[in-house]
Amino acid sequence: MAFNYDQYIRGGKLPHIWCPGCTYGIVFKSILRVIDSMKLNRDDIAMVSGIGCASRLPGYVDFNTLHTTHGRALGFATGLKMAKPDKHVMVVSGDGDATAIGGNHFIHACRRNIDIKVLVFNNFIYGMTGGQYSPTTPSGHLATTMPYGNVDPSFNIPELAKGSGATWVGRGTAYHAAGLDRLITEVMQHKGLSVLEIINACPTTHGRRNKFKSPTDMLVWMKDTFIPAVAFDKLPPEKTAGKFPMGVLYKKEGVPEYCETYYAMAERVRKQKEGRA
Amino acid sequence: MGQIKLLQGNEACAEGALYAGCNFFGGYPITPSTEVAEYLARRLPLIGGVFLQMEDEIAAMAAVIGGALAGCKALTATSGPGFSLKQENMGFAMLTEIPCVIVNVMRGGPSTGVPTGPGQSDIMQCKWGTHGDHPVICLTPAYVQEIFSETVRAFNLSEKYRTPVIIAFDEIVGHMRERIEIPDKGVLPVVNRTKPTCKPSEYLPYDDSKGDVPPMANFFEGYRYHVTGLNHGPDGFPVNASPRIHTDELRLMRKVEANKAEIIKYEEYLLADAEVAVFAYGVSGRSAKTAVEEARAQGIKAGLFRPLTIWPFPEEQVADLSKRVKGIVVPELSLGQIIFEVDRCAKGRCRIEGIYRVDGDPITPAQILAKVKEVK
Repeated sequence: MAFNYDQYIRGGKLPHIWCPGCTYGIVFKSILRVIDSMKLNRDDIAMVSGIGCASRLPGYVDFNTLHTTHGRALGFATGLKMAKPDKHVMVVSGDGDATAIGGNHFIHACRRNIDIKVLVFNNFIYGMTGGQYSPTTPSGHLATTMPYGNVDPSFNIPELAKGSGATWVGRGTAYHAAGLDRLITEVMQHKGLSVLEIINACPTTHGRRNKFKSPTDMLVWMKDTFIPAVAFDKLPPEKTAGKFPMGVLYKKEGVPEYCETYYAMAERVRKQKEGRA
Repeated sequence: MGQIKLLQGNEACAEGALYAGCNFFGGYPITPSTEVAEYLARRLPLIGGVFLQMEDEIAAMAAVIGGALAGCKALTATSGPGFSLKQENMGFAMLTEIPCVIVNVMRGGPSTGVPTGPGQSDIMQCKWGTHGDHPVICLTPAYVQEIFSETVRAFNLSEKYRTPVIIAFDEIVGHMRERIEIPDKGVLPVVNRTKPTCKPSEYLPYDDSKGDVPPMANFFEGYRYHVTGLNHGPDGFPVNASPRIHTDELRLMRKVEANKAEIIKYEEYLLADAEVAVFAYGVSGRSAKTAVEEARAQGIKAGLFRPLTIWPFPEEQVADLSKRVKGIVVPELSLGQIIFEVDRCAKGRCRIEGIYRVDGDPITPAQILAKVKEVK
C-alpha cells in the first residue's frame, strides 16, 4: 500500500511554495517516511527553521513547528532542546541560512554536540530572493549577484560540520531518495549534533542560468557527481575530480551530549549543596 | 520578614528574576551587564534551570525565545551593542507573542562607546529598536530594591500580555550596592501565562475572538501548532496581503495601549504644589530627587516625576503635569531623547528644558538645581 503522507501534512496547507522542478518535495517525503517508520510521537517533535525556501517546510507538517529569523534556527532550537532535553528537535535549513548568516550558530551548535538533527538543504543558491550566490555556489557559476561568474570559494558543508565538532555527518541527494531515507533514519537515531547535507536542485534560479536545460539535467548531474563514500575512497584521484562522496561521512560515538553534560553538572552541584545544608 | 541582603543592581535583577520563577537564562558577556549572567550561572543549575552562554547576542536572544516557547520563564541581559544585535529576534518575540524579559544595562554609545560608564541613550532604541510597528513595555528602575521588584513585575507583565518586556537601567544603578529586602515567597504576586483549556484540535494560538491576549500553549504539551515571524492568521499560519494583518497588528499594540493603567508606574515626589517639575528616570532620577530636596530647602517649589515605566510613555500624566507647572526640567544621560516625548505631551503648555550629559559621569544634583532655578 502506498505511504499515506497526508497523516503528517496539515490540512489545507498545500500546495507548497516550491517551484516546479524543485527537489525539496522529494526530501520532504523522505523525512515523513522516516519519522513514521520510527514511530515517534509527533507531540514530542519540534521542527525549527530560519528563512528561505527550505525553511517553509515546517509549516506543512503536523509537529510543533517554529519558523524563525534568517540564520537563527539553531539558536531557537538550542533553547527548545535545553528546556526539554527528552524531546526531538530538528532543524531544516538552506545553504545560505545555515552557513552564511547562520554560520556562527552552525559551528557552535556542532561544537556543543547538542542533540539536534540538522538537515541542510543545499541547492547552491539563494532561491527565495531570486538567485544570488551563496557560500556553496560553485566557482564560475552565474548568479544574479555574480553576473560574470562566481569568484567566491565555497564551503564543503560536511567538512565544516566535522571540523566544528558534529558527531554525525553525512551527505545525501534528492536523486538518491532511497538512500536518503536511510541517512535521515541515522540522523534521527544519533544522539548528538548530526548534520546531513542534502544536495538539492533549484532549476528556477540556479539551473537555468547554468547550462542545466531542465530539472532532469540537475538530477542527472547528482547521479553522476555523488558517489557512495565507500566506493569514493577506493577511487584513484584522477577519477574523483569533480565528484563528491555521499552517505555517512563521519560518525563518532561516545562524545558527551551537551544537555546530558549540563544536567549532570546541575544534578552534581545540587546534591553537593544539599549535602552541605 | 524577607531576607536582607547587600546587592548590586545587576545581582538584584537576577534575584528578582528567580523570585518571578525564571528558570532559563541565555546570554553573552558584555559590560556592564555581565553580573546578571554570572549570578544566574551560579544559581540556575541549583534549581534545575538552564543557563546558556551562547556564541553571540543574537543566538542568546533566540535561545531565550526557544526556552520560553518550551514553557520556561526566560531572561537575557545585555548592554548597548548587544542590545542592538538582539533587536531582530526581539521583534520576532513581539510578533509571535512569546513572553520573555530583556535587560539592557545602559552604557554610553554609539558603537563601543563608554562600556564602563552609564548612559541613557538607548531609551528610544528600547521603543523603536526593532523594525516595524510593535508593542513595547520598558521599565526603568533607579534603586537596587526597585530593580528587584521591577524585574518581578517585568516577568509578570510579559506572561500576562504574551510580549517581551525590557528593563532598562544604567551602569551606575547596575553596579551600585544597596541594602535590599527580598520578600518571602508569596508577598509579591507572580503571574504565569494563561494556557489553553480547549482540545488541541480546536486550539488557535492567535485567536483574538475572546480577548486581545490569546492563551498560549507551550511546545511539547500536545498542542501542535505553527509559530512564524510572518504575519499570520488565528491558526498561526502565514497570511499575505490580508486585512487580518492590519487588525492583528492593532491588537498587538492594544495589548499594551489598553492596559496602560496597569502597566504605567511612576513616582511623584513633592509634586502637589510644585511650580517646577523634574522629569527623570534611572540614575538621573536619583540626582533629581536630591536636587528637588535642595530646591525645597531654598524655598523653591520643585517636584519630581520619576517614571518606572518609560514605554508606554506616561502621556496623560505628563500632559496633566504640564498644565500645573511653569516648566519641566528633563535631565538625561544622552544628547536629548526622552525630552521629545515630554515635549510632545506638554504641547507647549509649559517650558521644557533639557540637561544632557554623555561624558561618562552622572548629571549632578547641582546641575539640575541650577536649571530648576533658571526655569522658576
